[in-house]
This record gives sequence, C-alpha cells and structure tokens, in this order.
Amino acid sequence: MSLTSEAVRRIAKLARIRVDDAEIAVLQTELNAILGYVEQLNEVDVEGVEPLSGGAQMAMRLREDVVTDGEIAEQILANAPDRSGNFFAVPKVVE
Amino acid sequence: MSLFDLTIAGAGAALAKREISAVELTAAYNGAVAALNPRLNAYITTTPELALAQAKAADARIAAGEAGPLTGIPLAIKDLFCTAGVRTTAASKILEPFVPPYESTVSGKLLEAGAVMLGKANLDEFAMGSSNITSGYGAVENPWKREGSDAKLVPGGSSGGSAAAVAARMAMGATGTDTGGSIRQPASFTGLAGIKPTYGRCSRFGIIAFASSLDQAGPMARNVEDCAILLQAMAGFDTKDSTSAERVVPDFRAAAGKGVKGMRIGIPAEYRMDGMSAEISALWEQGITWLREQGAEIVDISLPHTKYGLPVYYIVAPAEASSNLARYDGVRFGARVDGEDLIDMYERTRAAGFGPEVKRRIMIGTYVLSAGYYDAYYLRAQKIRALILRDFTQAFGKVDAILTPTAPSAAFGLGEKMDDPVTMYLNDVFTVPASLAGVPAMSVPAGLSAEGLPLGLQVIGKHFDEESVFAVSAAIERAAGFSALPALRAK
Amino acid sequence: MGYMLEGSTGAWEIVCGLEVHAQVISESKLFSGASATYGGAPNAQVSFVDAGFPGMLPVINRECVAQAVRTGLGLKAQINLFSRFDRKNYFYADLPNGYQISQFAHPVVGTGDVEIELQDGTIKHIGITRLHLEQDAGKSMHDQHPSKSVIDLNRAGVALMEIVSEPDIRSPEEAGAYLRKIRQILRYLGTCDGNMEEGSMRADVNVSVRKPGEDFRTRCEIKNVNSVRFVMHAVEAEARRQIEVWESGEEVRQETRLYDPSRGETRSMRSKEDAHDYRYFPEPDLLPLVLEESWVEGLKAALPELPDEKRRRFCEEYGITFYDAGVLVAEQAIADFYESVAKGRDSRLAANWISGDFFAAMNRTGGSIENPPVSATDLGALIDLITDKTINGRIAKDVFEEMVETGKAPGAIVEEKGLRQVTDTGAIDAAVAAVLAANPDKVAEYKSGKDKLFGFFVGQVMKAMAGKGNPALVNEAVKAQLG
Repeated sequence: MSLTSEAVRRIAKLARIRVDDAEIAVLQTELNAILGYVEQLNEVDVEGVEPLSGGAQMAMRLREDVVTDGEIAEQILANAPDRSGNFFAVPKVVE
Repeated sequence: MSLFDLTIAGAGAALAKREISAVELTAAYNGAVAALNPRLNAYITTTPELALAQAKAADARIAAGEAGPLTGIPLAIKDLFCTAGVRTTAASKILEPFVPPYESTVSGKLLEAGAVMLGKANLDEFAMGSSNITSGYGAVENPWKREGSDAKLVPGGSSGGSAAAVAARMAMGATGTDTGGSIRQPASFTGLAGIKPTYGRCSRFGIIAFASSLDQAGPMARNVEDCAILLQAMAGFDTKDSTSAERVVPDFRAAAGKGVKGMRIGIPAEYRMDGMSAEISALWEQGITWLREQGAEIVDISLPHTKYGLPVYYIVAPAEASSNLARYDGVRFGARVDGEDLIDMYERTRAAGFGPEVKRRIMIGTYVLSAGYYDAYYLRAQKIRALILRDFTQAFGKVDAILTPTAPSAAFGLGEKMDDPVTMYLNDVFTVPASLAGVPAMSVPAGLSAEGLPLGLQVIGKHFDEESVFAVSAAIERAAGFSALPALRAK
Repeated sequence: MGYMLEGSTGAWEIVCGLEVHAQVISESKLFSGASATYGGAPNAQVSFVDAGFPGMLPVINRECVAQAVRTGLGLKAQINLFSRFDRKNYFYADLPNGYQISQFAHPVVGTGDVEIELQDGTIKHIGITRLHLEQDAGKSMHDQHPSKSVIDLNRAGVALMEIVSEPDIRSPEEAGAYLRKIRQILRYLGTCDGNMEEGSMRADVNVSVRKPGEDFRTRCEIKNVNSVRFVMHAVEAEARRQIEVWESGEEVRQETRLYDPSRGETRSMRSKEDAHDYRYFPEPDLLPLVLEESWVEGLKAALPELPDEKRRRFCEEYGITFYDAGVLVAEQAIADFYESVAKGRDSRLAANWISGDFFAAMNRTGGSIENPPVSATDLGALIDLITDKTINGRIAKDVFEEMVETGKAPGAIVEEKGLRQVTDTGAIDAAVAAVLAANPDKVAEYKSGKDKLFGFFVGQVMKAMAGKGNPALVNEAVKAQLG
C-alpha cells in the first residue's frame, strides 16, 4: 500500500528507467501521494461487477489474409539511432 | 473586418466567393505565428512554407469549384498526431529527432479536405497533464490575462498549445486529443469550444498513444459551428483502428442548429462539489436557466460514482500508458543515450528522454499492473469504471444530455498548483467521468470569472449522440453571447 | 511400471509438459499486413505496426484465427467462441512494442486430447490444456558484429499458436512421440509446416521429477528446443540433473534453462527475477474475439481427414496392418500417394512396395514425396504388371530400379528389355530338363534325401531363364520332373 524505496527501485527497474538515489526519495513521496489518493476506491462495493475496458463494447472485425504492407525497409530504418546495414543495432546482448 | 475576425464558417464562405484567397489567409496566419509564438510557445514546430504550398493547392481547388468547408483553412495540429515528413515529438525529448514516414488518419482527412497545417501545436508531454507545463519544449502561455495582472497563466492541458494558438488567433482551429479532459479543460481556460467525441468516433491510427481505451481526437475552435465543421471532416470509420466504430457520420453542423425545445437536460447532484467556487456554481445555474428559456426540460439526476472517476482514471490511464510508452527505448526511432549494455541503454535513454510527470505515470502504471497488485488496483478500477458507465446509461434513460461545469476554476498561474501531483489532477474532476464512459462531451464558453477569465460549461451526451451535444452547446452559446477576447492575439 | 530413472535413493518418475510454439501458415501477419512467409531480406517484411512505431495499431487477421480453430479441432479441443487478447509486458531488443500481444485469461481454444503410440505399440493419451494465439518476436543476432547485436524484425508479428500440454508426459520417448504427433496433425491441417530447423515450430520443455506416488515437485523450463531429438535428450538430461540436486539434499530452484546439445546438458539462462512479472492486462487496442458457431462448424466440415482416422480407415479399407498403416499416414502426401497407387489394385502389395523399395529409393536418391523417385501412376502400372503376371516379383524389382534410374514407365522398360515373364510350360519344362540333365549328381543327392537342393534347381532354372520364369510354374515343373 505504501511504497518503500526498495519498491520504487524495483518498479523503476521493471519500467527500465534509471533513477538515482535523490530521485528515489522524491518519487517515493509523489507516488505514495497518488496511491494515497486512489485508496478511496476501496470504499466501493464491486461485488458481481464485470470490469470494463473500452467505451463501446462491440465485437472485433477480422481482416482478410492479404499482404498489404512491408517492403519498406528503408523507411523502417530511417529513424534508427543506430543501424548496421539493414539491421537495427543495439549494444551487444549476452544470453 | 480583419482576416483574424473570420470564423471557419465565415472564411469558408469568403473563400468560396473569392473575396479572399487561401494564400492570403495563410500568409496572414503565418505572420501571426511569427509574431506571437516566440512568446506564447503554442507551437513546437512551425511549417510556414509547407502551409503556403498547401494554401496554393487549396486556391487551385477553389478555382476548380472543388472546394469544401475546410479548403484553405489554416489549422494547428497537436504534436501528438503523426504528420508525414514533419517532425512529431509528443512534446517529449525522447522523440526530438522523430520524423514520421506516415500520416495519422485524422490529420490526413483534414489535409484531404484541403486544410492547411501551420505547424505542430505544443502539449503536455505525451498528453499527460492539465496545464501544458510538462512539455519538453517549454510551457505555453495563455493569451488571456487576469484583469490588471501581468502574471502568466496556463492555457490548460494537455492540448494547451492548440488552445493558445486558436485563442490568440495563430490558427483558425486546431486538433486536440482528449483522454481525461485534454480538449475540454483547455477550451474552458481559453474561451474556446472543444469537443471530445464518442470513443471510436475518430480513428486513433497515427495518434501517439497515451491511454488507448480513453484517447480521442477532437476539434477546438472559436465556436460550436466551427467545431462541427472540423469534426465532420475528422470523424469516420477506419479499418486501421480496431476500436474505430463502423458508424455513419451525421451532419454535425445541421445538428448544431437544431435547438433544444423539448430536450431533457440532466443536472447531476454529485457535480456540486464541496468548496466549488461560487462563480462556477452561478455560471452553472445560469446555463440551466438559458436552456430552460429555450424550451428544454431540466431534470435532476444522480451519477453516484462521480467522485471515483478521478482515482479510477489515475490508475487506468497510467497503466495503459506504462505499456504504450515501453516502445520508447532508443532502438528503432527517437533519441538514444548509449549504455554499457542493452538494459543500461534502455534505462539511460528513458531517464533522459522522459520528463518527471511521464516518469511518475509510467511508474504508477507499472506498479498497479504488477504481480500482486493487479486485482487490488487495475481490476478494481475497471470494475468501478463499469459502474460509472452504468450511472450514465441509467441517467440517459431519463435525459437526452447532461449539463455540468467544465473545470473547477478558471486558468491558474504558471507555477501554481504544484504542491503535489494530485492537486494538478483535480483539474480534471468534471471531465474524467465522461472519458471513462466513452460518451461525447463538449465545453462551450459561457462567461467570465470575476478576474475576466473565461469559464466553460460542459455538455455530455449519449454514445454516438454528438448531435444532441452540438444542439445543447449551440443553445448555450447563443444565450451566453460570449464575445470577450484575450489580451494577446493577432489583429 | 512406467519409465523410471534410478537414483542413489531409488526410482524417480519424470513429469513433463510441452509448450509448442507453432508458426501459423498464412500470407500476412497476425496483426499487420506484412508478409508472414519465411526468408526475406532483413526488415523487408516489416510494417510500421510490426516495428512498434508511435501511433500504430493492431488489426487481426481472420485466417490466423481460422488456423487456430482448425488446430483446436484437430486436437479434439474445446473452441471458445469468446476469447480475448492481453498484453504481456517485457523489454527485449526483438520485441518492438515492449509488449507481446498474446492471450492470457481467455484463450481461443480450451482442453483437448492427443493420442500417441509408443514403440511397443501402447497407445497413450496426452491432455491438451489450451491453445492460444500470440505474436512472434523478431530475431536478434549476437555474432554479426564485435560490439553490437543486430535485429531483424521480419518475424516480429507473425502469428504463433502456443499449444500447451498437460504434464502427462512421463519419458523422453513419450515427449518425442507427442511432439511428432503434434507436428503430424499440424502438417495434415496445413496450419503449420512443423519445420523445427527453420524455427517454425519450437518447444519449451517443462520438467520435474518425483518419487512414484508423490505430488508434483518444482519444475524447470527449458526454452526454445528446436528438434525432436534434442527435446528427448533435454528431458533426460534435465531429469537427471534434478535427481542429483534432490539426492544431494538441495532443492531444485524454479528457473528457465537452455539445452546445450554440444554438452548434452541444460544450463541456467541469465536470470532476471522480474522476468516473470509480465503485468498482463487486456489489450486495449483490440476488442473481444467473438466467433460465430456456424463459422466454426464450417471450418470443422472442411477439415481434412486426420492421421488417426486415416490410419484406422486404411486398415479397414485396404486390409493392411495397423503398423503398416502408421507408416503410410506419417505424412499426408505419402498417404495420398499410397491411395492413388492402391485404389483398384492389390492394396497390400501396394503397401509393401511403398514401404519397401519405394522408400528405400527415396532415401537413396535424396528425393521426397513431393519429388518422388517414381510417380504414383508408374508405380501403379508396375503393380498392374505384377498382378496380371506379365512380370514376376523378382523382375519387378529390376524394372523398378530401372524406373528410378531412367524415369521411364514400367511397360516401356519391360518391352525394351524383353522382361516379360515366361509362362509357356513347354519352355519351362525344357529349361528344367536341361538343368536336371546338367546336374545328375545333385539330382541323385536330392533323391537320396537332400531336400534343400530343391531351391538350387529352381534357382538354376531361373538363372537359365534370365529370371523371367514364372516362379509358380517353375516350381511345379521342377517338382514334376524330379518325381
């Protein structure tokens, strides 16, 4: 319910955002303020209520199985911060 | 009459009669942007040459007799809409270098209709905010000032740049997006009309996603009729968006002229909040009177779960955002900060690229979806969301539209409401429930505060009944006769 | 008593479940219109949706759904008319959105059953827990560059069916049989080509061990094993490793591992404690998947005959053994080949020829059933020549080899080489007489009791007749002349 600094660190790790110690403390306060605010939802009786996702509850349209896209490698790679030929490049990963 | 005094409807007529040319109109607005944007910062990217080229093409179409209501009309496009070949940032540093190779469906429809793009309007970063102060490209100044004060005010958010641009006459109209109030609240703060249509009415394809189940594109303009003209072009089914509604787009402009005789207008008790300012209360009462005088029946209704709207929103929206923003990782587009390894690169890139509000929301969103907390937070919030929708559904069994204030205050000062994140969130208290339910809602300028700042009233309608929303809003507009203009504007 | 491994503390039972990831055969991807076919220049089969660009949205492919339903029907499983997509959130270079669209809470297919046959002929049932649709990830390569990994997104977004079995598998053999059976069903249905070398079918192997009668103990997951053989080895290797751990007094830790074929053992993947916190939530860019009962019925009616049914029908209709039928239905193309040869002919003879000489020739020449060493028409014609006694079995083998060599029809070869079987009793009698006259000593030996020499005489006669003598008539003539 109330986040420890350890929890904040763990969340930052999950979210892949680097946070230094000073930030952890600030975030902890701010996030706890938000969590404190949303606590009031526990007052509501949700027995038997189905969760909602979108506004209009329709069923999904299915698309035809035709190739309509692709063959645009240059455009796909045009914004890449780093590339190697027609591949995206990232720091080497050791599996 | 100055070119800047024309509405979209008026300009359309003048262009058709060849009283003015599209190039003239665009050149004038380019001038306004050049003069005022350095101060107001309503635009992140301006595209004056592109605009002139588009205006030229518009003139050709007008000459050929192929013009529509938006041909040659200069607009600001919120920098959340991907525009092909034109940098799109979502007001974030993480997208600073991003030039989309594709066009969003909504902005594409406007271009096809012959509209002219003056530039990309500023916003809160990734649409997260109610003041436009979280932008990575600087805050936006509201062209309105408190009487006798020089203090800079916020235009509202997240579509603060769009609002400031239109209010200061740096554009004739603008696109915005509304997730929890991001069109309606800035419209209220800047004396504009703005509508969030029904979820699914406009395509989300090519709009940088914040909260997928809530985001909706919509127009912001000087009056209800102009909004109707814009929404007419923006709306429509799109096969590229699975949440797009396969529905015929009605004639919104005609609907705006329908009047409210015989309509039942609901007044929800729960929107009368503790500590609500007297003048907002009074304005609401005034709105009720105006509608009654035009033949509407006023009905007291209850939307019991109203107060839970905001906390539900601040769980659901961040949750979806935390997932939608995972793609900003420095691999395929956007800015990258190098790291020792892949994970380090991700962490540094995102730390440097995202501002504090975005980080907060990603963190909250990540937390409420994480193992052990999903049921207590996200699932519970979505259930209460279902109850909020049920409230509206039941109310709409008794009424055709609902009238409430748009925002709990007038525009506040830059630097105010910064104590903690929650204080800022409370700006959305009246707008969020309609977003959660997916129903259409519009803000229309209704009066001025004691300090001379615009105040709006909100009209909420049933799913896909924007027509009623336009009719009621137009009725308020007629009665209000709002004609005040901000201090800073093109003349 | 099933398959057991002996440890220092006694016998251990293996408990295994397989999660098969099968790439769906379709033209375009699950949620985008880019091509889903294998191979292609790097990043050429990628749309902005696949690459996770800002503002991009998924739109589902009807055929991919149909393929999943067909597979569910082939697994005798429950088809869920209502199902839903969820996001599985994690960060990796080959996952552009930072999440995979999958199905977590409500998969499109529910429980089912698969029949497997073991070496000793036992039939066992392996339960299917579920089948769901999900996106495949792209490919990252770590050996193309000294300091960088490179990424190709061609595969990102291709539809995958994840088929999850119940933990009913109890031995490496069962794991292999199950995997082969799944592959066979998928190929029959045309929903996946089952090509493990190319990666269109992969298996994650869940293994735990226990003493007989115990509840389940901790299991480990071995990811992305890409051959049936390796799956079987991995099951054995991992089971043994776990037994050692338990018997040394330690506890097996739940973890994800990789199988290293060069070492024949599994090793731990770089562990990320939060790797399991996928933060599943319903995909907000998609609506629920709702299928019409009539549509599913339509798919069911159009399904091809499945291997188990075909095998049983072959036994009944063609009078061949259960074992032989199994060989012939291994691949649908082989079964079809067999039927076109066997129809209207001696079906058992056809079965023998195909499982014998034909398969041998296929292996020898490196051919395949799609590119057979001998056509079904020609093989059928050969069998006709045997059946109407134009040639005998021995000659037929030579003719067959000639057919493989030259591609000529059997009739032409028989004529060209004058291989017609001799049925003229006069010629046969003369040949027999000549052989007996040439071997008086052997005749005497035979008459004094050395019965085995009968075969010698028959052989000599056949040799003298260049193999063309009708065996039955030759036998009769030899018998008659020997008295």
